Amino acid sequence: MTTVSLTVNGKAVSANIDPRTLLVQFLRENLRLTGTHVGCDTSQCGACLVHIDGKAVKACTTLAVSVDGAAITTIEGLAQDGKLHPMQEAFREHHGLQCGFCTPGMIMSAVDMVNRRGHELDEKTIREDLDGNICRCTGYHNIVKAIAAGAEAMGKAGVTTRQAAE
Amino acid sequence: MYAFTYHKPTSARQAATLLAKKEDAKLLAGGHTLLPTMKQRLASPAAIVDLGACADLKGITLKGRNIVIGAMTTHAEVAASAEVQAAIPALAYLASHIGDPHVRHRGTIGGSVANNDPAADYPAALLALGATVITNKRKLTAEEFFTGLYETALEEGEIITKVSFPLVSKAGYAKFRNPASRYAMVGVFVAKRGSDVRVAVTGAGEGGVFRWPEAETALKVRFSPKSLDGFKHGSKGINGDIHADPEYRAHLIGVMTRQAVAQATGK
Repeated sequence: MTTVSLTVNGKAVSANIDPRTLLVQFLRENLRLTGTHVGCDTSQCGACLVHIDGKAVKACTTLAVSVDGAAITTIEGLAQDGKLHPMQEAFREHHGLQCGFCTPGMIMSAVDMVNRRGHELDEKTIREDLDGNICRCTGYHNIVKAIAAGAEAMGKAGVTTRQAAE
Repeated sequence: MYAFTYHKPTSARQAATLLAKKEDAKLLAGGHTLLPTMKQRLASPAAIVDLGACADLKGITLKGRNIVIGAMTTHAEVAASAEVQAAIPALAYLASHIGDPHVRHRGTIGGSVANNDPAADYPAALLALGATVITNKRKLTAEEFFTGLYETALEEGEIITKVSFPLVSKAGYAKFRNPASRYAMVGVFVAKRGSDVRVAVTGAGEGGVFRWPEAETALKVRFSPKSLDGFKHGSKGINGDIHADPEYRAHLIGVMTRQAVAQATGK
C-alpha cells in the first residue's frame, strides 16, 4: 500500500491505496466521484478525462500514485455554487448530448481546449481537438456547436481559462 | 493489472540505482503504452520505477547547434516549445500530431523512443535528423539505437536521459494516420543539412523505422517533390494488416515523402 495525497476539486484528500489503482478508479471508487466515466478503458474514448494541474488527461491510463501532490479537477468540480459552468450550460443549451455517457469527458476536453487555444474556436479546430473523445450517439454536430458557444460564453462570463476550483 | 511495488526517484541517478536493485523492474514514463499493456496482463513487472519526479530528465535547451530535449518532456511541451518551433519546426509539428491532445499531455519523447513502436512518429524524426540518444551510460546515434521491431540498443539498467537533435536547413514530416489509433500507417520525415539529405520512414517497415536511400540520392540532386516524380518504394519488407496491405503502404511511402519535401520547402 502507498499513500497518495491529492487536491480534488479544491479539497485535500489522502488515502492508502494499492499502487496499481488507476486514477479513474480512485476517483470513482474511493472518492465516489462517479461523474468521471470508464468507457473504452484503453485511452481512446476520453470518457475518463480529468484535469491534472490544469491539463486534460485520460484517468484510465494514469496511476493515482503517479500524480501524488497534484490538483485534480473532475466534472463535479466545474459547477460553482449550484450554477453550471458556462461549458456545461452550453452543452445543455445546444443539446450536445444524447445518452450522456461521453459528456463529462467531452466537457473536460472542451474546457481544456479553451485553456490551450482561447475563446474563439472555429469548427475545424474543435473537430481536430476532439480527436481523443468518442461519442457514439450524436454525430458530433451539436457537440461542436456547444463547444464553440461554451468557449465564447467562458470569455464573456470572465471565467478564467483555468477553472475556478483550481 | 498484476500487483507491483512502486518507486518514485527524484533523479536519473536514483532511478538507475533502483532499476539495478529491484528485480524485474520497469521504468514508467508517460505510461501510455506500459499501463495499457499491464492492464491487459501482457506485462507484469514486479516493480515500477516512475520517472515522473526526475526533474533532471525534463526540459528543452538550445545548445550550440543542437536542440536537446529531456527524456521526460511531453509531446505537448515539445509541440508548444518556442525553441523547437524556431529551430526545427517539423519536429514541433510531428509532436503536435502524436495521438490526441490528452495523450500528448502525458506521453514523453523518452518513452516513445525507448518503446520503438514500428508505427510511432519520433523514431522517424530521430533517424532523419541524425539525432543522438543520450543515456545514463553513453551516447548512441539513432542508427545504432533503433535495432528492430520494438527493439533498441538499450541495455539492462540503462535509462535514456536526453535526445539531441542537430539543427538542419530544411525538414518536413508527413503522416497518413490510422484514424482510430492515430498511429502512422506511413509517416515520412525528410531532413536536409548542407548537401546531406535523409529520408526516414515509420509505420511501414516490418523491422520498424528505416531510411529510403534511393529517394535520398534523388533529393540530393534537387531537394524538391518533383525529384521524386514516378518514384515508388517496393512492397518487399513492408507491413500488411487489416488497415492496409503492403502495396498500399508502399505507395503511401512515395506520397508521404513528396508531401514531406513539399512541407520542408514551403511549397
